[in-house]
Amino acid sequence: MTVVYEKTKGLTEKQTHYCPGCTHGVIHKLVGEVLVELGILGKTVGVAPVGCSVLAYDYFNCDMHEAAHGRAPAVATGIKRVLPDHAVFTYQGDGDLASIGTAEIVHAAHRGEKFTTIFVNNAIYGMTGGQMAPTTLIGQKATTSPYGRSVADAGMPLRVSEMLATIDGAVFVERVSVHDVPNIRKAKKAIKKAFEVQMEGKGFGIVEVLSTCPTNWGISPIESLSWLKENMIPYYPLGNFRTPEEGK
Amino acid sequence: MAKMLMKGNEAIGAAAIQAGCKFFFGYPITPQNELPEYMSRELPKIEGGAFVQAESEVAAINMIYGAAGAGARCMTSSSSPGMALKQEGISYIAGAELPAVIVNISRGGPGLGGIQPSQADYFQSTRGGGNGDYRHLVYAPASLQEAVDLVMEAFDVADYYRNPVIVLGDGMIGQMMEPVEFKKSNGRELPAKDWATTGTKEERTPNIINSLALDPAKLEEHNRKLTRKYKEIEKNEVRHEDYKTEDADVVIVAYGTTARIARNAVDALREEGIKAGMMRPITLWPFPEAAIQKVTHTAKALLSVEMSEGQMVEDVRLANEGKLPVHFYGRSGGMIPSPDEIADKVKEIIGGVK
Repeated sequence: MTVVYEKTKGLTEKQTHYCPGCTHGVIHKLVGEVLVELGILGKTVGVAPVGCSVLAYDYFNCDMHEAAHGRAPAVATGIKRVLPDHAVFTYQGDGDLASIGTAEIVHAAHRGEKFTTIFVNNAIYGMTGGQMAPTTLIGQKATTSPYGRSVADAGMPLRVSEMLATIDGAVFVERVSVHDVPNIRKAKKAIKKAFEVQMEGKGFGIVEVLSTCPTNWGISPIESLSWLKENMIPYYPLGNFRTPEEGK
Repeated sequence: MAKMLMKGNEAIGAAAIQAGCKFFFGYPITPQNELPEYMSRELPKIEGGAFVQAESEVAAINMIYGAAGAGARCMTSSSSPGMALKQEGISYIAGAELPAVIVNISRGGPGLGGIQPSQADYFQSTRGGGNGDYRHLVYAPASLQEAVDLVMEAFDVADYYRNPVIVLGDGMIGQMMEPVEFKKSNGRELPAKDWATTGTKEERTPNIINSLALDPAKLEEHNRKLTRKYKEIEKNEVRHEDYKTEDADVVIVAYGTTARIARNAVDALREEGIKAGMMRPITLWPFPEAAIQKVTHTAKALLSVEMSEGQMVEDVRLANEGKLPVHFYGRSGGMIPSPDEIADKVKEIIGGVK
């Protein structure tokens, strides 16, 4: 019998709590696969956020540390300074990273902390029930923007990758999406590259992953994939913003 | 080792390094700046050691949360408004049961307050400014030698109980110079840190550092486990000093810098034939309740003297259980009580008792 597909050893056997159609599961899988393929699973410490992926510590099959809301980059800094030869990553959503944790992510990048951040942007606060995030699109309805996000009240959505790409210490910055198979493959490549950059000691790396939230967007899983493609990608363009190879 | 003349903040840093602290995360705030400055100078000389100037006190305490989770001896320090910011992290560290030593060289408040010595962080230190049911030891040294000894002890105690420990000084402790010597710790048997996030090596199940428990029954079970630990700390770790309390009519209760001044007041009063004494809490939590209860059998009144508008006096009243009149004398905002002021207050009380 030929094995065509196996669940990665990078994830535990625990069934995730994510809603049907949510792409967190896909992103978890990509991270888990990368840790196994790079042979670093046994020397990895992950930092879980607050938000939908708060329980990520139960899903990744490596040592995990559950941080306070937004503080994952500070926690990861502490871990990495103690264990400089280990792989350390944070897994954070857009409420966590782009709102309450902006100081921590900016300064981790600024110091060039040698860890990897997986930043899952689904343009909404999921766990708390669909409130507006800094990344919520103009006109997008959320429970705290019931008439649709307006520029006058809430400003324009925050483009985190573009912002972090201005910081010298952020040596790898890429935005990817997981709305279809070709993009999932590209996302995995970026995540792998970010971990390689870390293991080579080059500096801070972040992969922003555009993700879906059918439950709080109020549309079906399939419609969510299209909605991401048609609405998020035009505002949050995919691509690499920084890589250590620049200027070679 | 010979005695060395050192500034308080630097002596605290040196004591931490002697105790095996290799990581310091901090943020500048007066009057504790010489401590992070000292660590930034000394830790890079230690193999594997690191000093990080964090972007904020919030980040610094969360770096401690990470470093402590990875099994390292680590320390952060701050002063009152900065300590307010650290409360989030302290709650998580207590909830996740991690060892860490946190130094507060406190100053006047509320708000930005001032930078002179103050003891207005008693509530913040002993009640826990963070959320939830948690406790941590609070050591209140009254001299630099005691600060050095307690900082070294704090690392062992933190590891032993897997709990954060606060060393509470004030601007006076941080800024003055005194001779100190670094003695070996008393050699507590410390448990292995087999819970730390050091990588599974794919040989064991993952270690998880966490303070989340969504199941209320599990969270209550966890809280009760913490409470049992806190009871152990209350049983084993209370420290105080009695000074001429045996026959005292008025027992002054004072800690830290204020206790040094109160000691002078006690001596001056004794010379006038007034039987004064002092009970000096060395641990603010757990509070030396038994030491208060003991003097209620012999004394006529208690006087809490603090550099605050009256905070520790609440613990004195609780421990007193209504047996003696409890008086208070305080100066605040960076004003320091003189021995004469304290002595006058004692005389006023004696007059009242007669």
